[in-house]
Amino acid sequence: MSSHARVPSAAHAGLASPAQVTFSPAQLAEVRRLQGLYPDPRAALLPVLHMAQDTFGYVSLEVEEYVAGLFALSPAHVHEVVTFYTLYFQTPKGRHVVAVCHNLSCHLAGARAIIDHLEARLGVTVGETTDDGRVTLQSVECLCACEHAPMMQVDERYEFDLTPEKVDRILERLR
Amino acid sequence: MTAEKLLMRNFDRADSHTLEAYRATGGYTAWPKAQALDPAAIVEEIKQSNLRGLGGAGFPTGTKWSFIPKNHAGPVYLVINADEGEPGTFKDRYLLERDPHALIEGMLVAARAIRSARGFVYIRGEYVEPWRRFAAAVREAYDAGYLGRGFDVVVHRGAGAYICGEETGLIASLEGKKGWPKLKPPFPAIKGAFGAPTIVNNVETICHVPHIINRGAAWFAALGTKTQGGTRMYSVSGRVKRPGVYEASVAITLRQLIYDLAGGVTGNGRLKAVVPGGSSAAILRADEIDVTLDVDGLRNAGTMAGSAGVIVMDETVSIPEALMVVARFYAHESCGQCTPCRESTGWIYKMCHRIVEGRGTKDDLDKILDVARRGAGTTICAFYDGAVGPYISYIEKFRSEFEALIPT
Ligand SMILES: Cc1cc2nc3c(=O)[nH]c(=O)nc-3n(C[C@H](O)[C@H](O)[C@H](O)COP(=O)(O)O)c2cc1C
Ligand code: SF4
Ligand code: FES
Repeated sequence: MSSHARVPSAAHAGLASPAQVTFSPAQLAEVRRLQGLYPDPRAALLPVLHMAQDTFGYVSLEVEEYVAGLFALSPAHVHEVVTFYTLYFQTPKGRHVVAVCHNLSCHLAGARAIIDHLEARLGVTVGETTDDGRVTLQSVECLCACEHAPMMQVDERYEFDLTPEKVDRILERLR
Repeated sequence: MTAEKLLMRNFDRADSHTLEAYRATGGYTAWPKAQALDPAAIVEEIKQSNLRGLGGAGFPTGTKWSFIPKNHAGPVYLVINADEGEPGTFKDRYLLERDPHALIEGMLVAARAIRSARGFVYIRGEYVEPWRRFAAAVREAYDAGYLGRGFDVVVHRGAGAYICGEETGLIASLEGKKGWPKLKPPFPAIKGAFGAPTIVNNVETICHVPHIINRGAAWFAALGTKTQGGTRMYSVSGRVKRPGVYEASVAITLRQLIYDLAGGVTGNGRLKAVVPGGSSAAILRADEIDVTLDVDGLRNAGTMAGSAGVIVMDETVSIPEALMVVARFYAHESCGQCTPCRESTGWIYKMCHRIVEGRGTKDDLDKILDVARRGAGTTICAFYDGAVGPYISYIEKFRSEFEALIPT
């Protein structure tokens, strides 16, 4: 889902500027705890990148460089890892991420209509973020909840058995 | 026919994920029994049970465990594959959320069998709730003294990549790298995570282990077929009345699963095709569903049991469209290391797309079949063979439907 999210025109609330790319002392302690869980501390890279994204909003080149420093890894190695995985964002994302499954079972249950509905409601196409920075819309591969097709993930939550009406109710909750 | 439930026996309880509920229903009684057994005796018991891996490849679990080098001096790791990503499969999500202690107890037994002091559970990044549930159970197990006394469990989150479900890709990802699979041999049992002998097992496989210890290999073996013991969890989705997860013997037939357990076919009510083992399994026609769902039964039918993700299609479903959706998945998820896989998945998706849009040409179908066949078996991992299964079977079994879309 290499989502080339259109960078929203309005300034995003809550996004760190490069100067702010440092963890708090408590977070640094957590980094050391995570590194200690593995025979090779570098194995904590994925968990620490999750922490970094939660803290800084997305994994910018500055964030990659900062995280590389915490692991004594080259920024190039960290970049290679970040770009391999779909859950790390390299550009600012919306305050909420709506990821609709488009794989086979969801396709059979009408995923296309759900995606069309979301595109119309949000005024964006898949891969884009709304101008107000509220929602990034994605379509993704099987989220392994096919018994509830069509379904989507909204931030951390799975939303099941979607209809256009249910999608509208879910969107209303997203601020 | 549905036998008794082992893996799903507690799913009806709202508190099934708690230590208290697990103990109240006989949980953590296998572990003391296993502690009284020699590691070799545990391996032998699992071999005799005919338990086979439920993550996809169907390899005999006891045999895999016996590959750990004897008298190995350094660490040995147990890695649990909870990177569930095979389209059509959702059983591990239920196990993590509803019976996390079964996995922990199974890990304790497995770790003793392979002499491992540390286990890792690799959970797909999108599974946030299952991850929280499982991590909470791990904390309970530490507090209760099951963990931390010779065996530790580290819960690890992935970050979105289907290929990390392949065991060597999973190990690379666990080590903090991109999830590129590696050529085997060496197999993980010889050189796996962090360079040490490693057993990778699926969540469901390991959840079976306490039952085998408690009730014996012979009992477990008798639940299945000659070559595969036990029950398994079938994920059923698509055009059925009651989509969901069903536990039943590995010896039931696909017809029984669709009609007796999942309530039959919706849409126009008439079955057209079924994918029996996750999207990487070859598709079956409606007249091919009187097969047993064990590893060998489906292999003999020219497809595979895989992850037991069963996707049902009624007569109104367009098979070319379905193949296009499946081909898009493989094009997106190829890790790109091997040329045949990287190139063919991309091209075949494009060709499927243009056929569906009515822009296909006469020789497109044979071109797809030819390209697919030539790459099969030549790549680093089984991902590409998993893509070839659907490419070939959808086209061969439903060729006229594709031809009808191609302008003459
Ligand atoms: C492309 C690909 C994807 C796979 N995805 C998974 C998966 O999501 N979960 C899983 O348990 N096994 C998956 N496997 C199988 C693993 O490589 C491995 O065989 C399995 O985890 C071993 O556990 P088991 O013997 O208990 O089944 C996958 C294999 C391939 C080739
Ligand atoms: S077969 Fe495909 S997914 Fe597997 S290693 Fe090769 S390129 Fe990667
Ligand atoms: S196909 Fe959508 S969750 Fe599996």
